[in-house]
This record gives sequence, C-alpha cells and structure tokens, in this order.
Amino acid sequence: MQELITRAKALLESGEVQRVLGWKQGEHIYDPEPAFFDSAEALKDFVYNGFCGANLSKYMIEAAKLEGKTLVFLKPCDSYSFVQLMKEHRVDREKAHIIGVGCKGKLSVNKIDADGILDIQGAGYPDCADTLTVDTLYGQTTVSYKDAMLERCHVCKGKEHMVCDEQIGESADTADSDRFAQVAAIEAMSPEEKFAFFQSELSKCIRCNACRNVCPACSCRKCVFDSTKFDSTQKANTTSFEEKMFHIIRAFHVAGRCTDCGECSRVCPQGIPLHLFNRKFIKDINSLYGEYQAGVDAQAKAPLTSFTQEDAEPSIVAEGGLTHA
Amino acid sequence: MPVNQNNEEFRPVIVAFCCNWCSYAGADLAGSSRLSYPADVKIIRVPCSCRVNPMFILRAFEKGADGVILCGCHPGDCHYSTGNYYARRRMTLLFSMLDFIGVENGRTRVEWVSAAEGVKFSETMNSFVAKIRSLGKNVRLGDLRCKN
Ligand code: FES
Repeated sequence: MQELITRAKALLESGEVQRVLGWKQGEHIYDPEPAFFDSAEALKDFVYNGFCGANLSKYMIEAAKLEGKTLVFLKPCDSYSFVQLMKEHRVDREKAHIIGVGCKGKLSVNKIDADGILDIQGAGYPDCADTLTVDTLYGQTTVSYKDAMLERCHVCKGKEHMVCDEQIGESADTADSDRFAQVAAIEAMSPEEKFAFFQSELSKCIRCNACRNVCPACSCRKCVFDSTKFDSTQKANTTSFEEKMFHIIRAFHVAGRCTDCGECSRVCPQGIPLHLFNRKFIKDINSLYGEYQAGVDAQAKAPLTSFTQEDAEPSIVAEGGLTHA
Repeated sequence: MPVNQNNEEFRPVIVAFCCNWCSYAGADLAGSSRLSYPADVKIIRVPCSCRVNPMFILRAFEKGADGVILCGCHPGDCHYSTGNYYARRRMTLLFSMLDFIGVENGRTRVEWVSAAEGVKFSETMNSFVAKIRSLGKNVRLGDLRCKN
C-alpha cells in the first residue's frame, strides 16, 4: 500500500496528474470507499486493502470531464469495466493514468459471521494472512481469508490487467469454482422451483437502486428507471410486478456489456445474488452467439449489436435447447 | 340465464406486436380472406419487429396479458434490412430469462409472417391462443413477490 501512495505522491508532485482516484478509509476497517484526492497531504487517508472491492472505473466518467489527468487505481477485474467504458466512449483514455494494482481476492464483511466487529487483522495488502483475526465486542474469532472472499473472486477471470500504464503489486490466483455452476444449477430446476427461488430472493428487494448506481455498465445520463413514463419511478412498489420488471430490465440493459465484475451483488444491502441475472445472459450469449467477454477488446463487436443469418430462433427456449447448453 | 362462474370459458388476453410491413398486412389479408382468429388477440402495430423493446413485452404482462407474441418479416425480408435479426437475438435472450425465473416459456413467442401469409397469420394466432388457454391465467408474471 505504501508503494501506491509513494507513486501517487510522485505523480501529483510532478504535475503529471491533477488528482488521484483511489479508496479512503471508511468508518470501519471493512468499509473503505472510493475517493478523489487532490493533494499529497490528502493521501494520508488513502487505503488499499482486502476490503477495497469497489470498482473505480465508473468514477472515471466524471473524471473525464475534469481538467487534466486523473490517476486511477484499477484492479484486474476493474480494468475490464474501464475497457468497456472506453468502447462506449464514456471515459477518456488520454485523461487517465492507470496504475494496475495487484489483487489477492477481495473480502466481504457480510461473509464474516460475527457481530460488533472492532478490527480485522490480516486483510492488508500486499501482506494478507491466510486467516483473518476478527476482534469483536464479544471477543476474538478467526475466519479464513478464502471463506471471507466475495463470490466474484472465487470465479475470478484472471489477474491480468486489460488496460494500464504501469503495474504495482502482485496478485494471487483466487479462482476455485466454475463461474456458471450456480446458473446451471438453477436451470436444472423445475419451473416451480425456479419461480420459488427468485420469488424469495427478489422479495427482499427494497428498490434502493444501489445495483444500478454502482454498475459500471449502467452509465446512461438518463436512466429509464428515473423516467416518469416508466411504471416504477418511485422507489416504493405500487404493484407486485415491479421488482421483476426492474431486475430483468436492469440485467437486460447491460446484456452483452456486463463484464461480470460482480459489483451489483457486492453492494446489495439485501444480499440478493443479482449477478445471477447477468451471468444467465452471459451464459446464453456464449452458447448461442459464441464466447464473448465484455471489456477485453474495445474494438470487438458486441453480441447484441451484431447478428448472423443463422442465429437460433427464439423458439429454442421453449424447446429447451438452452437449458443444458 | 344465470351465469355459472366455474363454467365460464377462460378468455385470455393476448397481445400481438405486428410489424407494419408484413404481419400487420398479413392480419389484414387474413381478414379480407375471411379467415378467422380469436378475438382475444389484441394487435399492436409497430414499425418493425426491432422496435419492440424487451420492456414492451414485460409491460404487456404487467398490464394483464396472458401471452405475448411478436410477428415480424421473415429473416432477410425486413423492410429496414436487418431489424428482425437484432430482434431475434433480443427476444431469444429475453425469453430465456423468463424461463430462467420460472415463468412458463410458452407464454411468449416470435413468429415470422409475411404480408402474403394470411393463412399463416390466422393459424399462428389460433395455435397461440390455444396454447395460452391450456396454460391458463398468467399469475407468475403478474406476481413475483411473496405477499402472504
Ligand atoms: S420491417 Fe418487418 S421486421 Fe423489420
């Protein structure tokens, strides 16, 4: 972490960048938040540890409108989002100095089964422990780093940066499960079971819109969910249909552009596995229209803005052709 | 005559999005050829199948439709050359998502019907309405929340 601060200071002092986009210490050890730093002194609050899961790419949309260059720290998975935003002309590559930071898996406090957490040791970077020591109001407990990791880190796309000017820090491979296993398990359920599963998950939704707000692919200036013409502008639901509408449309709007960064699920205060919707689309796109990973190549043709004459007919769904593909 | 509630036939509400250049004219042809299709089908004319946003489909269900069908020009015949190819990808993904969340997938359909295919139009509508009748009222799409 010190290395990052030293480099950021040097770039600020040389005048090469006007500001730094990074993470700053939150109220607790486990809730650092994205922040802009515009001076070397301000950097005293800078942190980079196992809890810095927040993807900073989306903030670069605002940074692109500011004077001068912005130094941004991107983890490997964040860099996919940045490339995707470049492809959509939402960020300005020229106005970004990107430091690719290493990542050894990011943690979620929700995965630590303890109340009254005071401090957590072992979540640092680059030196993280295999076992986290958690001090709570009620004593000390431990949890393995792996078990406290975000779901998305278990299905990590790899620790290679898709875009960066320089790299600092090393990474550790964290992928240990199949990315589509959960989706496939749901596909194998009966319609009643599927329905019951999503009913129980989506009933938790409080329409806080956090998933939309955090999503780096959701970058429209005007969002359909804020339109007065849409049936659910208000956050409180007036009909029972709204959650479903909201979640299908949210995922659909990023279909073919979602890099599967997992931010939606990370920020959901209700713990809804929102990434399942996105991943279902990714899985279908891969099996129908060929493997596609958004955020790898800014020149590549996106699956929903291209077609082939031989594409499958929508009836393939009713025929069950997609379920086990 | 007293109406027996239980004996009343189920009349589904079916929304058909029809492309102006083909299926809508196909429906016209079906009419002028005196071919019949059930009155449960409510046609909404769209400029091209590609005009149909996935939200239109969901919105129709939200407003009480029991089935939604999209009719467009045959692939390769779109008035705007390629609109229906994009629509095809979108609808495939949307239908697959509906299937994924456990809504019977027979409630949605895409069919390519040209302006000359009055017979196909009437047959398609008849079979779709029959399918929806057999599925019964759409409760799942109307209500995903646990209310009880
Ligand atoms: S004009 Fe009929 S589908 Fe495009």
